[in-house]
Amino acid sequence: MLSLIAEMFTYPFMVRALCMGVLVALCAAVLGVTLVLKRYSMIGDGLSHVGFGALAIATAMNAAPLVVAVPVVIAASFLLLHLTENSKIKGDAAIALISTGALAVGVMVVSMTTGMNTDVYNYLFGSILSMSQEDVALTGVVSAVVLVLFVVFYHRIFAVTFDETFARATGLNTKLYNTVIALLTALVIVVGMRMMGSLLISSLVVFPAVTSMRICITFRSVMICSAIVSAVCLVAGLVISYLYAAPTGASIVLCNIAAFLIFAAVQKGRERLQSGRKPL
Amino acid sequence: MSLISCENLSFAYEGVTVLQGVNFKIEQGDYLCILGENGAGKSTLMKGLLGLKKPSGGSVTYGEELQAKEIGYLPQQTPVQKDFPASVFEVVISGCLSGMGRRPFYGREEKERAARMIGLLEITDLRNRCYRDLSGGQQQRVLLARALCATKKVILLDEPVAGLDPLVTINMYKLIERINRKMGITVIMVSHDIQAATIYATRILHLGEDRQLFFGTKEEYRHSAAYHSFMDGGKAVHMWKKAAASESRKPAEEKGGTESRRE
Repeated sequence: MLSLIAEMFTYPFMVRALCMGVLVALCAAVLGVTLVLKRYSMIGDGLSHVGFGALAIATAMNAAPLVVAVPVVIAASFLLLHLTENSKIKGDAAIALISTGALAVGVMVVSMTTGMNTDVYNYLFGSILSMSQEDVALTGVVSAVVLVLFVVFYHRIFAVTFDETFARATGLNTKLYNTVIALLTALVIVVGMRMMGSLLISSLVVFPAVTSMRICITFRSVMICSAIVSAVCLVAGLVISYLYAAPTGASIVLCNIAAFLIFAAVQKGRERLQSGRKPL
Repeated sequence: MSLISCENLSFAYEGVTVLQGVNFKIEQGDYLCILGENGAGKSTLMKGLLGLKKPSGGSVTYGEELQAKEIGYLPQQTPVQKDFPASVFEVVISGCLSGMGRRPFYGREEKERAARMIGLLEITDLRNRCYRDLSGGQQQRVLLARALCATKKVILLDEPVAGLDPLVTINMYKLIERINRKMGITVIMVSHDIQAATIYATRILHLGEDRQLFFGTKEEYRHSAAYHSFMDGGKAVHMWKKAAASESRKPAEEKGGTESRRE
């Protein structure tokens, strides 16, 4: 098996997928903690559907997929954020409207132009083979931007996540930080979509955060833990997908589910230990 | 010059006035309690003082060297915080952010300040505990420490004892009193608890349905019609109207309290 894994990395596209995947996984994991705690988990899902619509249109127009998708998804994320704040239409309903709407537009465009081909399948479920050299470069740049901005704004993002009213009352520019969060989320979703597929990318955002919240008790440790869990699951998923010729995105999600179950079991065990100790 | 003075302040939501004719002044070191029933506009006034909501009329003036963002704030807890994974220290030190300008990370000064406030509120042993695992009273202390990190002058408390059991409530009130007396920090507290208000506060602002019923010192308040109507509970509005007609309003006026009247 080890030789198989060694062989796996002799393929340049696998190495590319690994580098790109780990970067995206790290970004998604740290942002995911904020999104999950702010009750914005579904925003990732909504944005990925918008991404699918944008990719479909880009293909129809013969444009570079990411060049079209990045601005469209950023615009959608600002719109969603705005809608959740000024809630004439409630946040979750707004997300459902936008995500299914974009999906419908995407399907319409696809069926009127190319029809349901492998490209479309790849958009939905992801593929590591579809990533070009340029994709890798763009992913690298975007991930670096996301990680740097995140580190610089880390304490502010914590304040805005924990208690937005207090943050605003004491003079923090919460609008700015919410915009930063929306921007970073949109970027991560778009670059992650190529590999994970638009139906599965939001798992990369939600799973590691929820998993590490089972056992970590400080914000910083949740961040670090979810970054590690995310990266490990991604590598494990890639290996499994190579060994068993399984779809990459789905393999990675299954690894995340396994990690979640393990962490949840540890949490349960720990709770039982503590409650058993108390009466003594 | 007063620390904060409000002149003929009014607030409206979508054109509907919810609070009007609010006039009061807060001096350095005061302990002001804002009383009123649900829907009396207490929270709205609070948002106005914090600069979160623009008044529809009148003005809030801050004294020299005080800005809205220098007010420490203890908000009511949100559902998000109930299962938030963060250590006590992380929560408390986040109060220091407002004074850091554009610096991205905490320095030694902020860490020391946070540690000092944690010590002051006697939660040092909880420092590395997870916020979500604490009891209601402990969580309030943590949020109070955070509020103190954000200010050196004024602290605004939004129903600080809501949901706490009686013993913890008394401790909380004593703590707030100590912050006021020992540290000289001006306290503005929104509350339902008229008993506690008349024990601990120095000044009372009583809001009626959409306007100010009373502002003055605690002693004046005890003689006011607003106080008596509030104590009578359910029949409040009727009683107050009667009382206002029969009882002389002299005690309040003679001592200079401004008592506005509901027609």
